[in-house]
Amino acid sequence: MKSFNYHAPKDVKDASKLASSSSAFLAGGMTTIPSMKLGLASYKDVIDLKNIKKLSGIKVSGKTVTIGATTKHAEVAASKDVMKAIPALAKLAGNIGDAQVRNRGTIGGSISNNDPSACYPSACMALNAVIHTNKRKIEAEKFFTGMFETALKSGELVEAVEFEIPEKADYQKHPNPASRYAIIGVFVAKHKKDVNVAVTGAKSCVYIDKDLSKKLSSNFSVSAIEGMDVKSSGMNSDMHASAEYRANLVSLYAKKAVEAC
Amino acid sequence: MASLVGSRVERKEDTRFLQGKGRYTADINIANQTYAVFVRSPHARAKIKSVDTSKALKSSGVVGVLTGKEIAEDKIGGLIAGWAIRSEDGSEMKVPANPPLAKDVANFVGEPIAVVFAETLDEAKEGAEKVKVDYKVLKAVVDPAEAMKSEAIHDGVDKNLCYDWLLGDRKAVDEAFAKADKIIKVDLINNRLVPNAMEPRACVVDYNTASEEITLYTTSQNPHLSRLVMSAFGGVAPENKLRVVAPDVGGGFGSKINVYNEEIVCSWASKKIERPIKWVAERTESFLTDTHGRDHVTHAELAVSNDGKFLGFKNETIANLGAYARVFGTVTPTYLFGPCATGVYVIPAAYSNVKAVYTNTAPVDAYRGAGRPEATYTIERLVEKAAMELGMDKTEIRMKNFPTQFPFKQTLVHTVDSGDYVAGLEKAKQMADYAGFEARRKKSEANGKLRGIGVSSYFEACGIAPSAAVMSLGCGVGLWESAEVRFNPTGQISVFTGAHSHGQSHDTTFAQIAADELGVPMENIDVVHGDTDKGTFGMGTYGSRSLTVGGIAIVNACKKIVAKGKRVAAKMLEVNEDEIEFKDGEFVALKSNKKKTIGEVAFACYLPGQRDEMKSPIPEGDEPGLIESSFFDPANFSFPAGSHICEVEIDPDTGNVKVEKYTAVDDFGRIVNPMIVEGQVHGGIAQGIGQALHENTQYDETGQLMTASYMDYTMPRADNFPEFNLGFTCTHATSNPLGVKGCGEAGAIASPPTVMNAVIDALGGQEISMPATAEKVWKACKTMKKSNAKAA
Ligand SMILES: Cc1cc2nc3c(=O)[nH]c(=O)nc-3n(C[C@H](O)[C@H](O)[C@H](O)COP(=O)(O)OP(=O)(O)OC[C@H]3O[C@@H](n4cnc5c(N)ncnc54)[C@H](O)[C@@H]3O)c2cc1C
Repeated sequence: MKSFNYHAPKDVKDASKLASSSSAFLAGGMTTIPSMKLGLASYKDVIDLKNIKKLSGIKVSGKTVTIGATTKHAEVAASKDVMKAIPALAKLAGNIGDAQVRNRGTIGGSISNNDPSACYPSACMALNAVIHTNKRKIEAEKFFTGMFETALKSGELVEAVEFEIPEKADYQKHPNPASRYAIIGVFVAKHKKDVNVAVTGAKSCVYIDKDLSKKLSSNFSVSAIEGMDVKSSGMNSDMHASAEYRANLVSLYAKKAVEAC
Repeated sequence: MASLVGSRVERKEDTRFLQGKGRYTADINIANQTYAVFVRSPHARAKIKSVDTSKALKSSGVVGVLTGKEIAEDKIGGLIAGWAIRSEDGSEMKVPANPPLAKDVANFVGEPIAVVFAETLDEAKEGAEKVKVDYKVLKAVVDPAEAMKSEAIHDGVDKNLCYDWLLGDRKAVDEAFAKADKIIKVDLINNRLVPNAMEPRACVVDYNTASEEITLYTTSQNPHLSRLVMSAFGGVAPENKLRVVAPDVGGGFGSKINVYNEEIVCSWASKKIERPIKWVAERTESFLTDTHGRDHVTHAELAVSNDGKFLGFKNETIANLGAYARVFGTVTPTYLFGPCATGVYVIPAAYSNVKAVYTNTAPVDAYRGAGRPEATYTIERLVEKAAMELGMDKTEIRMKNFPTQFPFKQTLVHTVDSGDYVAGLEKAKQMADYAGFEARRKKSEANGKLRGIGVSSYFEACGIAPSAAVMSLGCGVGLWESAEVRFNPTGQISVFTGAHSHGQSHDTTFAQIAADELGVPMENIDVVHGDTDKGTFGMGTYGSRSLTVGGIAIVNACKKIVAKGKRVAAKMLEVNEDEIEFKDGEFVALKSNKKKTIGEVAFACYLPGQRDEMKSPIPEGDEPGLIESSFFDPANFSFPAGSHICEVEIDPDTGNVKVEKYTAVDDFGRIVNPMIVEGQVHGGIAQGIGQALHENTQYDETGQLMTASYMDYTMPRADNFPEFNLGFTCTHATSNPLGVKGCGEAGAIASPPTVMNAVIDALGGQEISMPATAEKVWKACKTMKKSNAKAA
């Protein structure tokens, strides 16, 4: 790993002031540190967010659950509030990677990184999340812009993620046996008016499967999507899973999720 | 005194390991040390046109840069193949030179080309980035099945063929096949595995400019052997000027048998730059350059009669050696594989033909089980398929072909001294509730799942090995083992062994054995290993040989201590030697019942003088002191055997395979410490399940390793396993006085076919290759559905 300047500012302002084109924010470090060690990334300044108290914590209001950017997966998984308001979200967090990853990895780091096989982005999409940054509020749909790409601008920092509490929701995941990231993750959320089916792992970026969402919006039952053909075109095909297998898993796990709701 | 052998003594080494006090090579730092970083080939096959080190030499903190040119000029030898195998036509095997730093060609991704030494690791890395290598990339040979049809990658190695070896009688096999009712055939791939020891390889070298002695701390399973190879073939230093220390080593599984490029280069360079050197592999380097395991392509056939008798066996295998032939690389797919491929069965005619080929991939060598897992997979897939095709019960067909008389002259090489295969399989059936399987299958079916049961019965030849036998088969050394027992004047005992513990718990088991022999508490005994300056010599640990060969050397050295003790005690007690009995640590004069403890006798051995009343206790013809050593060379291999039964459940929608039940019944002869043996079996089964279901080494067609990290290479984890159900039967080995057989590899030998037989059973007999990953199984389930629908 190349040497760098380490900073651990106490508030968001200082953090954003330190940011430059050759800096990185450091949250759990689960992605940043390995990529620095492998020489895939190097920074002049690493800005650790751990001392910024206000970035961590979970708040539930009447309609939403807001999770601070540096809240760890293990904390979300164990939160009674989350379990009560959106149990699917606690379940999602509890199945990320392994215990070590959950004890360090954060929601802010996860969505800022926007790994195509990360779990949280699907929850953001299905739960109509709003991403609060130090500059603005961004709707999930506009936040995840491509493979490892987000709408964040240089120096912009995720402060919290605000999720809409659905009537029902469930997350189903087929883990990559090696890394335990999602080969496929399907987040189904039934809101008052409509249903969102968000899919991660299948393509270069998380997306809402419009066909599944539409069918389920008019009839929220397994039978509504039984026999529906999920197209494999445009899906990832790699040594872990072919596009055809991924397509099969999307339709399978969508059904499982509806069933579990 | 109760015997310690046979009891569940807690591991002595656990305290230090569990408290993080293990002392591994990477923990060692020497004042003034430099850090080494290797420049490695990014190409699987390339001509090295030039290596420009000028920029690197000017880089901050860089102390030196060395390349293949300098190492060749200094006439430092390369890595070696330890066994000379002859082809069927009598010709010698073809072995290319394997220089420690490649000079003219690189033959696999990760092969070292140059090395940079610097004051800090960062500076060494930066320096390494500045070494400019000009390559001419050549077309890589990757697929072993295509290797013989591809361009030769080594000069003088026609068709990339190292040897075309035959064991057995083709004509007898042809005759047997001609008479058979049915021929069962399988085409198998034994998937390549990356050993993945928890501790990556490392070395620290300290050259003493005054004594001109090199001390090499390294991650080795066999420090003495490493010293021998580095001296005799590497020419790095004379043996008496080279000390090799392998301190705590975090797992080897065969991958730490070889002397590697980095150890030779750093030892040579330390003398050249007159500075200590430290090198620690990164995980990616381990993936790319540790010797890999398995990698066979096999076609095998079994000739059977309609009533299920085995009449003949043939096996045609292509074994991938990788880029170079290493220490056990050439013997693993021949003598460690071929003889065991007929399994635990009476088969009148058999042959194994193995073509070993070179490819532009990491070298392949011994990996837990070495050859015997490949053998067992071959025969046990055939046997299971035979049962299916003949409509016989899988256990019945095995029972029918087991030998019942021991010694059993196995078809190809071995004479198995003892065993009871029927008892093992019977016990396994009972423990696994084999009879209740159909009910469980129905229950799974009702839940939309497919359930399968698989059996495998194995034997293996380990306790490697009788020198006379192995040297006649081409081994470059004898595979005896040595021990020295030092009884110190104050009663503490040091037991030196040439075996090396890197997970095998020798500190405990060897102390148990010595304590029993000498009648002293275990706490008085320290087992010392892993340092060529301590202890006589040794061949190290692999091939389940530590106890069966090394342990016996300890027993024999202890017996010599007792024999001398008897003579000394007789003199002290003023009786004849034959009137002394040794029991529970005491020498007793039978008539008078006067006694001396072994501690008193030892103390006396160091006080040979005479003064006033005191007479010398040392009998005439004996020398003072109480130190004895022994070299044990076994008369035969040892032959553990057993039967394993596995049940899996498949979810046809996802293809996920769940191992529901796993039963292992093994015969390891006498067991010294059941807890430790169970641990070894657990580890072996876990590795075998890893091979069967998860581990999938993949190179792309240009020879890049696609699975070079844990993000892509699936190591099995605790949640992939059920609780293992272990049982034992016991017939003593007759080739050693303890009656022990060795247990280190059995789990990894028996389990892959057991699991695969279960998966294939669940899939209604549909063949599927290892690893049976979810997608592969899902596809097989779809095919099954289609053919079921057609049938209906
Ligand atoms: C073995 C393994 C398995 C995993 N399995 C899963 C899985 O199953 N599902 C899953 O969803 N994820 C998985 N992950 C990812 C993990 O959960 C983390 O979420 C992820 O690694 C990044 O989070 P982090 O907090 O560690 O961020 P870091 O690594 O610290 O940062 C990641 C990136 O985000 C930036 N960043 C961090 N915080 C902020 C912020 N507040 N504002 C703006 N930018 C920020 C950093 O600069 C960096 O670019 C796995 C990771 C590993 C190593």
